[in-house]
Amino acid sequence: MSQPTSSQPIIQVEHLVKEYSGASGVFRALDDVSFQVRPGAVFGVIGLSGAGKSTLVRCLNLLEKPDGGRVQVNGQELMALSSRELRHARREIGMIFQGFHLLMQRTVLGNVLFPLEVAGVSRSAARRRAEEMLSVVGLSDKASAFPAQLSGGQRQRVAIARALATEPKILLSDEATSALDPQTTASILHLLKDLNTRFGITIVVITHEMDVIREICTEVAVLDGGKVMEQGSVDQVFRAPKTAAARRLVLAEAAHSVEEIRTGKMVRITFTGLTAFEPMLGNIMLECRTPLNILYAATRTVNGKAVGEMVVQLPDSQVLSEKFMDYFVRKGLNPQEVEEGFHE
Amino acid sequence: MNDGFYQLLLTLNVGDRAARLAQLLLDGTLETLYMTLVSTLFAYVLGIPLGIALTVTDKQGLRPSPFVYRGLDVTCNLLRSVPFIILLVVIIPFTRFLVGKSYGSTATIVPLVLSAAPFVGRMVESSLKEVDRGVVEAAESMGASLWQIIFKVLLPEARTSLIIGVTIAVGTILGYSAMAGAVGGGGLGDLAIQYGYHRYDTLIMMVTLVLLVLIAQLLQTTGMKMALSLDRRKH
Repeated sequence: MSQPTSSQPIIQVEHLVKEYSGASGVFRALDDVSFQVRPGAVFGVIGLSGAGKSTLVRCLNLLEKPDGGRVQVNGQELMALSSRELRHARREIGMIFQGFHLLMQRTVLGNVLFPLEVAGVSRSAARRRAEEMLSVVGLSDKASAFPAQLSGGQRQRVAIARALATEPKILLSDEATSALDPQTTASILHLLKDLNTRFGITIVVITHEMDVIREICTEVAVLDGGKVMEQGSVDQVFRAPKTAAARRLVLAEAAHSVEEIRTGKMVRITFTGLTAFEPMLGNIMLECRTPLNILYAATRTVNGKAVGEMVVQLPDSQVLSEKFMDYFVRKGLNPQEVEEGFHE
Repeated sequence: MNDGFYQLLLTLNVGDRAARLAQLLLDGTLETLYMTLVSTLFAYVLGIPLGIALTVTDKQGLRPSPFVYRGLDVTCNLLRSVPFIILLVVIIPFTRFLVGKSYGSTATIVPLVLSAAPFVGRMVESSLKEVDRGVVEAAESMGASLWQIIFKVLLPEARTSLIIGVTIAVGTILGYSAMAGAVGGGGLGDLAIQYGYHRYDTLIMMVTLVLLVLIAQLLQTTGMKMALSLDRRKH
């Protein structure tokens, strides 16, 4: 995890408010949201459906007009721009969607050419650039195919090539992998990560899946009820979520796995490379002379590093239980209680 | 197609009569095609901008404007609720002003266009509204302007639906053009009414009918084939 640098944030959101008025009164989709994204970061925004993620990402290129606050992108105050200036600013911000949103009557190449035509790039330069982008996403051989002939993963690759054709500095990804199967999701995430390292493009990833955040993000903001509940490095939020909203998302998978065997007090602990060498569970069990029931264990990649995740059942004895907890905290295993009725 | 001509026709021998008849039917067919196709063309010249305006100014549209939308909406509905045969008569002074006379196939084009344009506008509107909102949003996210979205996204993406619309419009206008025969509008409808209805010439009536059905079928099939062959969504 790189430290915050002195360079100016590429995206700066301050006190963002977005309201919708419906039949049942005014609904606040975004409530005083503030965060910064530094250049070259892969910034994740995670939240359950209805948390305001999609509204938030649409405020970053003003597809949605905020009702309050400021959005600064690439050093420009978006809300102060004229509609013409805004169109120019949008060419610096690519966007991909869950539903791909390709032009179905254009070929793959035609789709990638679209933003270049819009930007008024000369025909030959546009063609060269579009072909180059298709090779970057590995679809050169599909240039003359139509989107209807492609698989979901291939369609998303076309959408990525299209979003990056005008060489934007930022890519917004709105649930881009949510409609794809796990393998395809992995390959698309790999591609995004690759684009981030190769071209230094800043990516904002909107998702409801912790897996996506773990795979490619460096930082994450947890959105719930239109508010940013928690924000930090992915490692930090994954290993030691502080708020209920973050815990709900981070612990979801482990909690789901032990749902059927829920007994007594369960605690989720995590190990990093440093703590993985020491036989910590063995040591504490010997020390307390009490066996510990391991209910669930997995190794996960968090921002490129392996992190072990485990759910253990603590002994019924209050004294022993506290002793274990104390040990976990001391050893930096970030114990998180897996709560009853956690999974709705 | 006046009385004198018909009297003359009866005095001729069978061969000549058949030749004259053929000529009459050929002229009628060409006039019908002329009226139908030219009217469709002009109906679209007016209907496409109308349909675009209705789509764009709708409350879900790219530039919502309740005032403009309501204005166009009401005008369309008013024009569409006037029966064609009445419109045809009511606008005779206007037709005379535009083309110099109120009968014949060129004159019939005026009421045909006026009556078809709102209907075409509605069909264009519904075709354009079928285009996925997400695709339009994607184009907006790439910095496309309103005009770029109309000409590069809405119209091309709605292509298949628009062509099917043209096919329907041609069929409707063909039917209306026959109706104009009642007031000397020219074409096959005119033949059918003058010879078939007024003079009880069943042969001409039946032949005209067959020709009208054939033309309708031909236009319909061509339109549908074209729409499908240009659709890239299914392969």
